[in-house]
Amino acid sequence: MLKSTGRENLKELFSNIPDQFRLKRDLDLPESHTELEVTKRIQNLASKNKGADSGRVFLGAGVGLHYIPSVVPALAGRSEFVTSYTSYQPEISQGMLQTLFEYQSLMAELLAVDVVNSSMYDLASGLAEAILMCVRVKKRTKFLVPTTMNPSHWQVISTYTEPLGIEVERVDYDRSTGLLSISDLESRLNDQIAGIYIENPSYLGFIESQVDRISELVHGIGALLVAGVDILSLGIMKPPGHYGADIVVAEGQPLGTPVSFGGPLLGVFGCTGDMKLVRQLPGRLVGMTRTSEEPYERGFVLTLSPREQHIRREKATSNICSNQALVAVTAAVYTSVMGAAGVRRLGENVAYNSHYAADRLDAIPTVKAPALKAPFWNEFVVKFENGISAQHVHDELLKRGLHGGRLLSEEFPELGEAMLLCVTELHSKEVIDELVSATEEIVMSGGDSQ
Amino acid sequence: MSGFRQAKWREPLLFEMSVAGRISHKLPQVDKEIRKIAGSIESMIPTEMIRAQPPSLPEVSELQIIRHFTRLSQMNFSVSSGTYPLGSCTMKYNPMINDWAANISGFSWLHPLQDVSTSQGALELLWELERWLAEITGMEAVTLQPAAGAQGEYTGVMVIRKYHEYVTQECEQRNEMLIPDAAHGTNPASAAMAGYKVVVLPSSADGLVDLDALRAAAGSRTAGLMLTNPNTIGVFEKDIGEIAEIVHDAGGLLYYDGANLNAIMGITRPGDMGFDVVHMNLHKSFSTPHGGGGPGAGAVGVKKNLEEFLPTPRIVRNEDGSFDLDDNLPRSIGRVHGFYGNFGVLVRAYSYIYSLGKQGMRAVAENAVLNANYVAHHVSRIRGFTLPYSKDAPRMHECVISAEELKEETGVTAMDVAKRLLDFGVHAPTVYFPLIVPEALMIEPTETESKQDLDLFISALEQISREAYETPEKVKGAPHMTAVSRLDEYRAAHPKTLTLSWRMFQKQSEDIEN
Repeated sequence: MLKSTGRENLKELFSNIPDQFRLKRDLDLPESHTELEVTKRIQNLASKNKGADSGRVFLGAGVGLHYIPSVVPALAGRSEFVTSYTSYQPEISQGMLQTLFEYQSLMAELLAVDVVNSSMYDLASGLAEAILMCVRVKKRTKFLVPTTMNPSHWQVISTYTEPLGIEVERVDYDRSTGLLSISDLESRLNDQIAGIYIENPSYLGFIESQVDRISELVHGIGALLVAGVDILSLGIMKPPGHYGADIVVAEGQPLGTPVSFGGPLLGVFGCTGDMKLVRQLPGRLVGMTRTSEEPYERGFVLTLSPREQHIRREKATSNICSNQALVAVTAAVYTSVMGAAGVRRLGENVAYNSHYAADRLDAIPTVKAPALKAPFWNEFVVKFENGISAQHVHDELLKRGLHGGRLLSEEFPELGEAMLLCVTELHSKEVIDELVSATEEIVMSGGDSQ
Repeated sequence: MSGFRQAKWREPLLFEMSVAGRISHKLPQVDKEIRKIAGSIESMIPTEMIRAQPPSLPEVSELQIIRHFTRLSQMNFSVSSGTYPLGSCTMKYNPMINDWAANISGFSWLHPLQDVSTSQGALELLWELERWLAEITGMEAVTLQPAAGAQGEYTGVMVIRKYHEYVTQECEQRNEMLIPDAAHGTNPASAAMAGYKVVVLPSSADGLVDLDALRAAAGSRTAGLMLTNPNTIGVFEKDIGEIAEIVHDAGGLLYYDGANLNAIMGITRPGDMGFDVVHMNLHKSFSTPHGGGGPGAGAVGVKKNLEEFLPTPRIVRNEDGSFDLDDNLPRSIGRVHGFYGNFGVLVRAYSYIYSLGKQGMRAVAENAVLNANYVAHHVSRIRGFTLPYSKDAPRMHECVISAEELKEETGVTAMDVAKRLLDFGVHAPTVYFPLIVPEALMIEPTETESKQDLDLFISALEQISREAYETPEKVKGAPHMTAVSRLDEYRAAHPKTLTLSWRMFQKQSEDIEN
């Protein structure tokens, strides 16, 4: 091969690299390994982890532990999907394009909006992009978020908004319910506000039921409403498109993808069909069209690309290129498998399990569940009131092979000794009962003092 | 001809197959006692927040779903199907063992917020991978948080910004990012998102960084230079030492776009060339599958003096050898991801490097470069095709061929050539990029294509050239062997016919009926 190109040795191929920059030693990496050796190393590492497939982990806080029907990984894992890239040549990539169009369509139905793009990295960066989009559309530089929002998401939007001079203000909340303080919101509204973000259900679990009032206030000053929702709650909960959300974001991981230590996730990102919004949308969009020539056949292509970095460069709506397409494919398969009846039933099953758990925990003296009094769906705050620390409860649960909820003492010290518990269809009655009796035992025995 | 013919199914949307009441998956009954204690759904969810109508999702059976997505997959070309020389995307073989690794339950079912005592294996893997990537790029600290190359760029540029905020304390004044005209579109887009004004550097007659233009542009407003090396025409920037000096003398930092890292692993390192910040596309050089557009992973490496600016949390090893997460970094750019990045992708990259080892990583680069030069040499001898810029310089991981002559002499464009290639069961190269090459075909064969595969690719281009001169209509009408012929992109984007979802499609159908 080399000779046919007129060169004598491999070194010649690297002749443009100045000698001073050539690495004159081996890289300090492991030796090469056979496949069998690789499996041993990987298994050794994995064995040091305790996976949540045990059904004994009560964590949510941004990702969801849910059952994954066997058909989902079998189809989404097909090599033709897995080892392709962005469908730049639509004629030979109709499979991925149609699947992503179906993903966009299925998410649009769940969210009740017309347009969903073919994915952002996760909810956090999706929300950051949503804020940037509001600022572009409205040409205003302030944005409002609830104080109760997911603290990790808050950190991500802080990273993204700071260099652009976008001011993000936090709206206060009602200490007993968690709901957004309407009076604080009203006091912050002015013609510099590009938009406001609400979560539903919120990070702290409560359902933000004042959506119609918030929507009215936000639209009253000509700003946009951005809603972040738990996508799996939408089988039973009102979709954001029905309460006036202009832009919607959601974490799509619960749709058939395991939590995988926090990634890959899936930033579901959508908006109404208003072209003022659509033209400012970040990310890939797949559109339905037909062949250029007769006989016309239906086909799918990437569209509205002049928004994107490969064409618009520094004037693009976003820098995003690679996204989470395969996770979107997974979400499409999962949502199809669940169907309308399935997502409703799942929403109900989760609600039953979580409310049962809250009711049992609340029956323990000095334990309050939910500690915030507004209704919830899958997550709720549990508060320990007899001087015992949430950390101690967590440590003791761990000793019993149970993983409690997210500790809130650092993120929301005003809530006292609290943890954010998440219960889904994965948790059996037996394990919930075990959690309750273990908690009772820990709380009753007193244990540490803070 | 290769005899290729792609599968073609007239596959409707699942929405069009829906039959009321049909289900695919059954959920368990709720335990009676749970139901009794929890009460009714109406008692749990406020009435005004209950969904009035269930979402109109397709109601289909499991077998229908299996056939649907199996058929669609058969209409999708992939690395598993054939040669995929999409320039700058490094479409190499993705070893199956890496997917297995990511999917074992000790990794895939690990919740990111679990107590670190229950996730030591995951943290150890990340910690070790950070060190390997630092060694490969000649850097001193690595973050694995960015979810893709572009987010890696953004993270890297933000690190540069923090450096100017805290170290030079000239953040406001240094508001310009220098970027060559041949750079990937993500570079200027990432810089702009970080608040920078983009200053475009014209390429020299050799297609390299023009040193005079760089000297003229670099100065007290320069935050840094973003550079790919080898660059997007596939040639190594031999003046990199001087480039680094000019940028550093001006007080700026040097950013390495790792899109083309595959060519140099084990041969040379960005850190040794003078780069301060690098990003790596783990889905390119480290062989994690591209997934039809993602997920990728965009690790970022920096020199020691920039470590404090990396995203939080950092993975740290305690004195007793255990691993932990450290959030206490007051000068950090903050978070760019909800958790720690695309962990499943990182497991695959770990498994890949562990498998190939030090010798393997170097062999990757050597074979990738050999393959690209083989293609460049033979394709540039085909009538109508030329190899513009730095003709005598060897190509690295890819080559950019121009079909300008072909277009002038036959009317057949680079896009036509790309479409015709599909008929041979070969994916098209990247077309019309970089912008400095007219009628560009950017070809990156990667190290995993055999000589036989490359010869098939070259002979396909020979045949297309002959066709262009003899029967140009055949090329201009291509593709003929794919699931569909060329699609109407104008119609797809036109506001009157724009259809981005089934909902929009139904609304349009209603409008037509009315």
